[in-house]
Amino acid sequence: MQALYHRLKALFPLGELTEQRENLVFVTVDAAHLRSLLLQLRDIEGFTHLVLLTAVDWIETGEFQLTYLLGNRAKRQDIGVRVMLSREQATMATIHDLWPTAATYQRELREMFGIDFPQSPGVNEEFILEGWNDIPPYRRDFNTLDYAEATYNDRPGRESRDPATYMREKLYGEGH
Amino acid sequence: MQFDWMQIPYSLLTLFIVLNYGMLLNALIAKIAARVGRRHGIPIWQNYADLLKNYGIRSSITHGVMFYLGPVFRLAGGVGLLLFVPTIFGSEMFSNLSFAGDLILALYFVFFGTLGMALGAGESGHPHAAIGVSRGLSQVTTAELPFALAVFAVALQYQTLSVTDIVAAQQGGFLNWTLFTNPFAVAAAMLGFLGSMMRPPFDVVLAPQEIPIGPPTEYHSSYLALMQTNRMIFPIAKIVVYMNLFFGGAASWPVFFIKVFFIYMVSVLVGVVFPRFHVEQSVRWFLVWAVPFGIIAVLMV
Amino acid sequence: MKPELEKRIVKGPDGFEFEVDPIRDYFCETPPTVMTAAYSAIIEKLFNWARAESIWILGFGTGCGAIEMRPLMTPRFDAYRYGVQWRPTPRQSNLFIISGYLSVKTLKRVIRSYEQMQNPKYVVGLGSCTINGGMYWDSYNTIKRLDDYLPVDLYIAGCMPRPEALLAGIVELKKIIRAGKAEGANIYAEKFEWYKANQKRVIHDWDMPDYNW
Repeated sequence: MQALYHRLKALFPLGELTEQRENLVFVTVDAAHLRSLLLQLRDIEGFTHLVLLTAVDWIETGEFQLTYLLGNRAKRQDIGVRVMLSREQATMATIHDLWPTAATYQRELREMFGIDFPQSPGVNEEFILEGWNDIPPYRRDFNTLDYAEATYNDRPGRESRDPATYMREKLYGEGH
Repeated sequence: MQFDWMQIPYSLLTLFIVLNYGMLLNALIAKIAARVGRRHGIPIWQNYADLLKNYGIRSSITHGVMFYLGPVFRLAGGVGLLLFVPTIFGSEMFSNLSFAGDLILALYFVFFGTLGMALGAGESGHPHAAIGVSRGLSQVTTAELPFALAVFAVALQYQTLSVTDIVAAQQGGFLNWTLFTNPFAVAAAMLGFLGSMMRPPFDVVLAPQEIPIGPPTEYHSSYLALMQTNRMIFPIAKIVVYMNLFFGGAASWPVFFIKVFFIYMVSVLVGVVFPRFHVEQSVRWFLVWAVPFGIIAVLMV
Repeated sequence: MKPELEKRIVKGPDGFEFEVDPIRDYFCETPPTVMTAAYSAIIEKLFNWARAESIWILGFGTGCGAIEMRPLMTPRFDAYRYGVQWRPTPRQSNLFIISGYLSVKTLKRVIRSYEQMQNPKYVVGLGSCTINGGMYWDSYNTIKRLDDYLPVDLYIAGCMPRPEALLAGIVELKKIIRAGKAEGANIYAEKFEWYKANQKRVIHDWDMPDYNW
């Protein structure tokens, strides 16, 4: 995978290489070079399978991280390409013409994180939420607990305990 | 022809006996099938509970006149088949409303219910009902083909269209049964029989988990109960026809019960062993395997 | 509202133009009515026995608990001996098992299916999620109390309850039915406004008629 990194490094401005496993690495690239890097990986390096496309919300630095995970079936290798986006202008070029499945991932990201992919087919349609009326629920500034308490009725009498202390009390009689 | 009014209550009595026998027999068959799968199976009174419950459902909705008439036609098919064929040979009480040409009428009634069903389901508004009905009709039609040929063969053989006369000609030892005097007709008819008993391998049409579940999708409460009642009567009525045509009829109720049970078991035993056929497969199967027997039977006579 | 559900002008094959309002044309909006037993007590008792002995479950698994229903058909548990069977259509079934968590999206389908079932009908909540949210108590998309939205006859606690627990629950439900206490459909009709208000509070894109039987 080091050799692959050096080949790619010669062509694109890549960030640090993170080696997760022997056959799984991550690289970072800027949004402008993503498409050509993906094409290079798909058509020349043999990473023909888009395993997944997902996002991470780095609220501390004000960024979204998109991860395009590609797989090379012949060599059993995976490479994750990371792209950092600003949280304020969360828009990314679509890649549905490279992998048609990407359209579904992009639709999900649009709904769950509010990351827009203009021209991706059906990107503005509802994916799994119906009639959602709050900020996208996977953003970390969305408070799930508050929303659930405000929206759905509680049944009184529910209590929760810390499993470790509860088991100590119940099983070993400590704390009495 | 003299019409004896006393035949009406007698016929109703036949209907009552057959209905109860059908309920218990169907439950018994379900139990046998369950035992094949090493299950305990339903209680023997399950059919009564289901039927009562469906009659006891408080609300029901309709989709129009034909929707009402569908189950009614269906039940009429079963009841009509039973009533116009002599159930017990030689008995004044249980000869029902049989007459000289009842064989033709019986043939018609076998088909009548399915046809009524098709009309009713067409109006239910369920988009898959029409697909289901056409699948069912095409299968029943091809299953009917060998049966019709066998019936022609039998009618030619005995030179009569009266079921009573056909039974009379088969009396005097089981070697006189059509089963032995015209085996090809019986073979064709029994293969057709498998197809119209709504048991595997030919029951994909009404398999509940099929997407085009078909006609009964929208039927519920009393409509469904009517159809269930028919499910109890119709197989027995059909077997009565078979028994009369091919297996020498029955001269008393015990003989009737035993013969019906064994004829029913033919389709059950085939059913528990074979997986389901697709509709197009079963159509092909009937045309390739059953119809030639029927043609041979007609030619032989 | 989806575009295919909006009111629109349609031109028929004969060139005649007419207005189509799918929500009004394809469904009946009449609210449910309370249906009491119109027969004598003995007949009602007989019917209750039949209802208890013939439980037809709607084959609709809403959450992970659906996996607990399937083993009941197998030789090991064999629910058929209790008169239980699965029906593919809500029209013919009289028991709705809400098997586990219920997301808002599924709740919408559940309500539609429930309303298509015929009176009398029963609802069993399977698993903790239907009781108080269970492990999804802080989720943004699952309801926490099933009985706010549908009249529930019986809850089976656990996460997940084993098939044996479900069988025990069904046997328990039979006792309730036989005692004539399982009148969920009538409760739904009585408190229809309240149930509808609760349902509409969580289902934001209400694109169906208020009652669609």
